[in-house]
Amino acid sequence: MKNKYSIFSLIKNAFSQHENWKQAWGNPEPKKEYEAVIVGGGGHGLATAYYLAKKHNMKNIAVLEKGWIGGGNTGRNTTIIRSNYLWDASAGLYDHALKIWENLSQELNYNIMFSQRGVMNLAHNLQDVRDLKRRTHANRLNGIDAVWLDTKQVKEFCPIINTSPDIRYPVLGGTLQRRAGTARHDAVAWGYARGADAMGVDIIQNCEVKGIKRNGDQVEGVETSKGFIKTKKIGVVAAGHSSVIANMAGLKLPLESKPLQALVSEPVKPIIDTVVMSNAVHAYVSQSDKGELVIGAGTDAYVSYTQRGSHDVVEGTLKAILELYPIFSRMKMLRQWGGIVDICPDASPIISKTNIKGLYFNCGWGTGGFKATPGSGDLFAHTIANDEPHKLNAAFNLNRFVSGDLVDEHGAAAVAH
Amino acid sequence: MFIINCPYCGVRDQSEFSCGGEAHIVRPKQPTELSDDEWAEYLFMRKNIKGVQFERWNHAHGCRKWFNMVRDTSNDKIHAVYKMGEKPPVI
Repeated sequence: MKNKYSIFSLIKNAFSQHENWKQAWGNPEPKKEYEAVIVGGGGHGLATAYYLAKKHNMKNIAVLEKGWIGGGNTGRNTTIIRSNYLWDASAGLYDHALKIWENLSQELNYNIMFSQRGVMNLAHNLQDVRDLKRRTHANRLNGIDAVWLDTKQVKEFCPIINTSPDIRYPVLGGTLQRRAGTARHDAVAWGYARGADAMGVDIIQNCEVKGIKRNGDQVEGVETSKGFIKTKKIGVVAAGHSSVIANMAGLKLPLESKPLQALVSEPVKPIIDTVVMSNAVHAYVSQSDKGELVIGAGTDAYVSYTQRGSHDVVEGTLKAILELYPIFSRMKMLRQWGGIVDICPDASPIISKTNIKGLYFNCGWGTGGFKATPGSGDLFAHTIANDEPHKLNAAFNLNRFVSGDLVDEHGAAAVAH
Repeated sequence: MFIINCPYCGVRDQSEFSCGGEAHIVRPKQPTELSDDEWAEYLFMRKNIKGVQFERWNHAHGCRKWFNMVRDTSNDKIHAVYKMGEKPPVI
């Protein structure tokens, strides 16, 4: 890497008042033709380009981003990383990602601030207890760390939780994955962008895809706001806008795009040193390094591309937060925002070829795509380079909606979709 | 978040309603003769339009009746509301 970051580069640049740091990635104009084009410059898209260049020796590739890199859902999520999924296919996929996360800062030579502070999932009724205990066993059979905590242990692990038995949804216990945690979401996009750029990938921002050109069953290129780009392979990683791109190619996907909201509070001193999620009351909370509480709300129950979301959804989440954490009753919320998430009927992603040659989709991550970023990029790169899925993403093909072999993670997801 | 003009009750807040997804997907007349591809198309594949979309809504916390609505999903502007069985308006 041409500009390796280290203690020495930090000292060296300190002598010049940090005014001579080089740009971490370039701003090229698109070439006429690429070996592969990735549509979408979020974490997943940039990771795909990075692994295509690094592991599959495809250097002549471009990432096209409508806005700026990491400005979509990569910069809008609540940064939670975990792999405690119920089904074998999901466990394989998400733990593959978690293993990459564990060394990603070193690999990218970029501090993504990965923090394994643990993720705790709470149970509030007898069915929750049964489901979460079952999930703990399933996780351990798949080699994923998971423990069951009773109410007293939950209180010990996170003392600010209200474990009183007389609240509307009392805490009956919870699961804990200690390897889980958070990472700085922007840094993930920037780290992958820098890594991909260093290997020759063109990252083209402010370049919107307007159409996909096909010759029969084979793609020939993309029409963009910066002109036509010829390519034989197109990998679409457009999150909430996946259906929009699919429609350009005359393809329909089993997706619905909905606004998902999150909000942060004013910054306060460290008060919660883990991530706590609760499916039954739909509330999850962690604390950022700046001290803000990071709170995830739910999706609106209708299709919308507005990146706003409804007030009643936020209100419902905050009611639940206040019941579980009475200590937050006087906290002020600073910011609220929405991102458009593409949700599959089985709440599992699609990393797949299509019936159009050279057109690949990585979509359907719904409300939980951030945690999978490195694994998703790695497996999608494999799928594009070999025109065949890796064994870890074989189950996440588009054809499962025809065969009926769904990966139904609705109940197993940490919060309801 | 928006206001919906229920064709039976009048103007109410959106939080009183639930969305039933894309409208005018016709249930197959002969389900036994459907191929797997046709089932997938009927059950799962959706247009998921960014722009003007026809959808079904239910006034869940009101009259509990179903109706159709034409809404622009890029800005949540509602173009028309019409009862079940009525001809969709041309937008």
